[in-house]
Amino acid sequence: MYQHTRLTTNRLGFFQKFRNFDYILLFCILILGFISLATMYSTDGGEVLFHTRSHFVKLIVFTFMMLIISFINIKFWFSIGYLTYLAVIGLLIATYLFGITSSGSQRWINLYFINLQPSELMKVFIILCLAKYFHRMKIENVNSIYTILTSLIIIVLPMGLVIVQPDLGTSVLIGISGIAVLWFAGINHKYFIYTVLGFVISLPFIIAFLKPYQKLRVLTFLNPDRDPLGAGYQIIQSKIAVGSGGIFGKGFLKGTQSYLEFLPEKHTDFIFTLFSEEFGFVGSALLLVIYAIIIYRIIAIGASCRSYFAKIFCYSFGVAIFVFITINMSMVLGLLPIVGSPLPIMSYGGSSMLATMIGFGIVMSARVHNQQIIA
Amino acid sequence: MINSSSDNVKKLNSINRRMFITGSLKFFIMIGIISRLFFLQVKENKKYLTLSDKNRIREWKLAPVRGEFHDYFGNVIAGNFEAYQLHVIPEQVDDFRYVIYRIKDLLELSDKEFKKVIKKKNEIKSWETLIVSDNLSWQKFSKINNHLYDLNGVKPVISISRNYPYKENFTHLLGYVSQANQNDIERTDSIKKNFVPGLKVGKVGLEKTFEEKLIGTNDIERYEVNAYGRRINQLEFQKGKKGKTLRLTVDTEVQKLANDLLKEKAGSICVMDIYTGAVIAMHSSPSFDPNLFVFGISKDDWQLIRNDPMKPLVNKTLQGNYSPGSTIKPIVALSALENGIINTNFTVKCTGKTEMYDQTYHCWKKKGHGFVSLRNAMKQSCDTYFYEIARKLGVDKLSETAKKFGLGEKVFRDLFDIEKKGLIPNTQWKKNALGKGWLLGETIITGIGQGYIQTTPIQLCLMTAQIANGGYKIYPHIVAGDEAKNKPDDYYTPLYENSKNMRIIKDAMFGSTNEVMGTSYRSRIDDPEYQFAGKTGTAQVKKITERERELDLKTFEIPYEQRDHALYIAFGPYKNPRYALSVIVEHGGNGSTTAAPMATKLFKLIIDRHKIREAMNDKKYLEI
Repeated sequence: MYQHTRLTTNRLGFFQKFRNFDYILLFCILILGFISLATMYSTDGGEVLFHTRSHFVKLIVFTFMMLIISFINIKFWFSIGYLTYLAVIGLLIATYLFGITSSGSQRWINLYFINLQPSELMKVFIILCLAKYFHRMKIENVNSIYTILTSLIIIVLPMGLVIVQPDLGTSVLIGISGIAVLWFAGINHKYFIYTVLGFVISLPFIIAFLKPYQKLRVLTFLNPDRDPLGAGYQIIQSKIAVGSGGIFGKGFLKGTQSYLEFLPEKHTDFIFTLFSEEFGFVGSALLLVIYAIIIYRIIAIGASCRSYFAKIFCYSFGVAIFVFITINMSMVLGLLPIVGSPLPIMSYGGSSMLATMIGFGIVMSARVHNQQIIA
Repeated sequence: MINSSSDNVKKLNSINRRMFITGSLKFFIMIGIISRLFFLQVKENKKYLTLSDKNRIREWKLAPVRGEFHDYFGNVIAGNFEAYQLHVIPEQVDDFRYVIYRIKDLLELSDKEFKKVIKKKNEIKSWETLIVSDNLSWQKFSKINNHLYDLNGVKPVISISRNYPYKENFTHLLGYVSQANQNDIERTDSIKKNFVPGLKVGKVGLEKTFEEKLIGTNDIERYEVNAYGRRINQLEFQKGKKGKTLRLTVDTEVQKLANDLLKEKAGSICVMDIYTGAVIAMHSSPSFDPNLFVFGISKDDWQLIRNDPMKPLVNKTLQGNYSPGSTIKPIVALSALENGIINTNFTVKCTGKTEMYDQTYHCWKKKGHGFVSLRNAMKQSCDTYFYEIARKLGVDKLSETAKKFGLGEKVFRDLFDIEKKGLIPNTQWKKNALGKGWLLGETIITGIGQGYIQTTPIQLCLMTAQIANGGYKIYPHIVAGDEAKNKPDDYYTPLYENSKNMRIIKDAMFGSTNEVMGTSYRSRIDDPEYQFAGKTGTAQVKKITERERELDLKTFEIPYEQRDHALYIAFGPYKNPRYALSVIVEHGGNGSTTAAPMATKLFKLIIDRHKIREAMNDKKYLEI
């Protein structure tokens, strides 16, 4: 009965919503946005050029978008969970058919006002979709063959569409996002253990099926010095940049590795390298702390939510963000092979920021409407 | 309702448990990344900082400024001059085709030269310097400067380059410089260390010997470069050291005279201080202009030098092995005296020819000299007398004395890698080298400096100097101040057994020049201040046949290659001698008519210059 009364009185006013905001999370996101802007300014060689300007505009637009999303009831996001998933699948198919080819892969689709990378969006919408799928499921049904197969299809379908672009990195990240939901939904842990074991055993076979450039990346990861001017160049230069930063870094706008163009892809995947070179160990650790606070706040919001859907979304999105960050950093620090994966918010790239901001928006919406029960 | 809420509780328990597991996992991974950062940025910082600097800092070496050569009086005999060059950096030129054709017109480049420039341009990167011309005349250089307004990207540059102001005068002594090749780089460490493209290094002569001292050190420019090797900004400029300047003992005036005397002739002149061993002049003729080699010699010039029958590329002073002819006679006489074979009263009757061991040996004077003693035999260069004493002396004893006086050995030891040792034969040598026994007839002709015996002009000069100073060992040197540093233990030790013998020889040489009937009487100087004593020599290039002997041809009637070499050795002033010289004129005919008159001119100058030289020394001491 109590629940029922709450349900009826749950219509929040505009200012109540404002009160419910997680200001720590918002503040961290804004700080991160500011840092990313400064770093982008540095990649442009200390001038406000194309990248800085474009990043700034995106940051402003998407932050507002995030705020708008957070004001919309979490019920709405629950209701469109499947729809968005299908829409992105549609975009992925369209990309496969009419996408724009750039540097050997077909990842972008021209939407007239923006070149969109649907695979980035999928990283978030797959969580939304699966969270909805598991929301109403009874605990005894979770481990049924039917459920597992259905959820696996939901995960594998976009992965397959991304892998043909080809874009192994994003595909893996989509998979991890999906698996995170399965994990929180309560799928028996032995399945996860079996999967990991199976993956390890089949690793040699997977390598056999990899494209030559992907194989090269793995080999290069294992020994960057085998071709220092070719495939190993990126990782070696990245390590030099990070390592030469030292404790306090070379100073803002003074990263020689980046401004003398030794760093590859410094706007996107290797943005952390540049940041780390200029701000050193202290700066990098600070950046990690900001990310840690963001992830902590996402989990805290998840914990405060009454609805299972919001909880599972927050937790999974927290894991996903964490995985994006760690994979990107491990990559530029030479702990993982080079796979294309941007650093959330920091990296240049509209689609990635859009997806991340949508994720943050939904998390914020869950926070604002944390007493909302979804039937 | 109850069912549903218990289901919810179960679900919540599960999700919270799993959240905890995930959270811990995240924590450890985060720690992992932080420690990786710590490892790279704090622990390995130095290593990566070095690597980063290696990435971004690149050094450019500039050619070092080469040390100079000065003569004894401080005149620059090999210096540096400012060469006018034209550089183009292709990427700084808007329209390369236009500019290069414009330059072609202005400099009047031939098609061949133009093609070379285009080829060079295609070999370098667009931001590297293209040297269009390395040695422009002042006119062309100023012409380019006047047209700079429509030649952007073109840089007129003044660069330092080798210059030999006295052209052919010092060529064989100094050698020359030219672009370093692979061989030079491998052979000499200092070249390897200082190498820059276009570096000029010594190829022969003292330029080569003293490469290490002369080369200096590079100017170094440090630039910050980007990943493509483009210079971004200059970080540092480190001035190099100019190479050491070497002062030589040579006197440019005497050297110039030697060059003039031997003009159009093949031969050599050496002048030496008889006490210090300082070389006053050392010239080999014909010579050539070493400046031709500095920027690479043209094919035509090279062919001209290479194909000259008088062989300008050979340094005859050090490389020329000549039969000494009669110039060996002082040593033969000395050896006979020292060994007690003869005394001053010993006489031989010269009839123009003598039969020994079934062979006829001719004196140069067909009618013969009649009865001659040692002094007369030296004076008139009587061959018969020397046949006789050589026979009595034997070749082994003769070679001993000759070697003592510096024959058969390198005069400058390791100063010149091209120097020849000559040859002083003895019985042992012939057995080892030719595997045959020594014939007595060979001893006899050795007595007049023919046969196997071979000497270089510088050896003859040293021999004369050591006779003139009274028979004391000296070590010739060319670099001033060198003698003090490494004076060998046997410096100025006596080479004679009995000093009286030295006086006899010197007196005989005096007679040869200053008394009637002496072979070089016509070249004498009566003024005691300049008076010198000498010995002529005429070395046969080929054996004279009986028929030719009867014909008795004049020198100009014989083909050039068959004419005798003319030699002369002398020292002066006779009272208080100070300088010794040797003159060799290849195929010059007769020693007394060709070589000896040169000595007259030389002594006049040498002795005049001596006062200036002494004054120079006094001044040096005063300054201290």
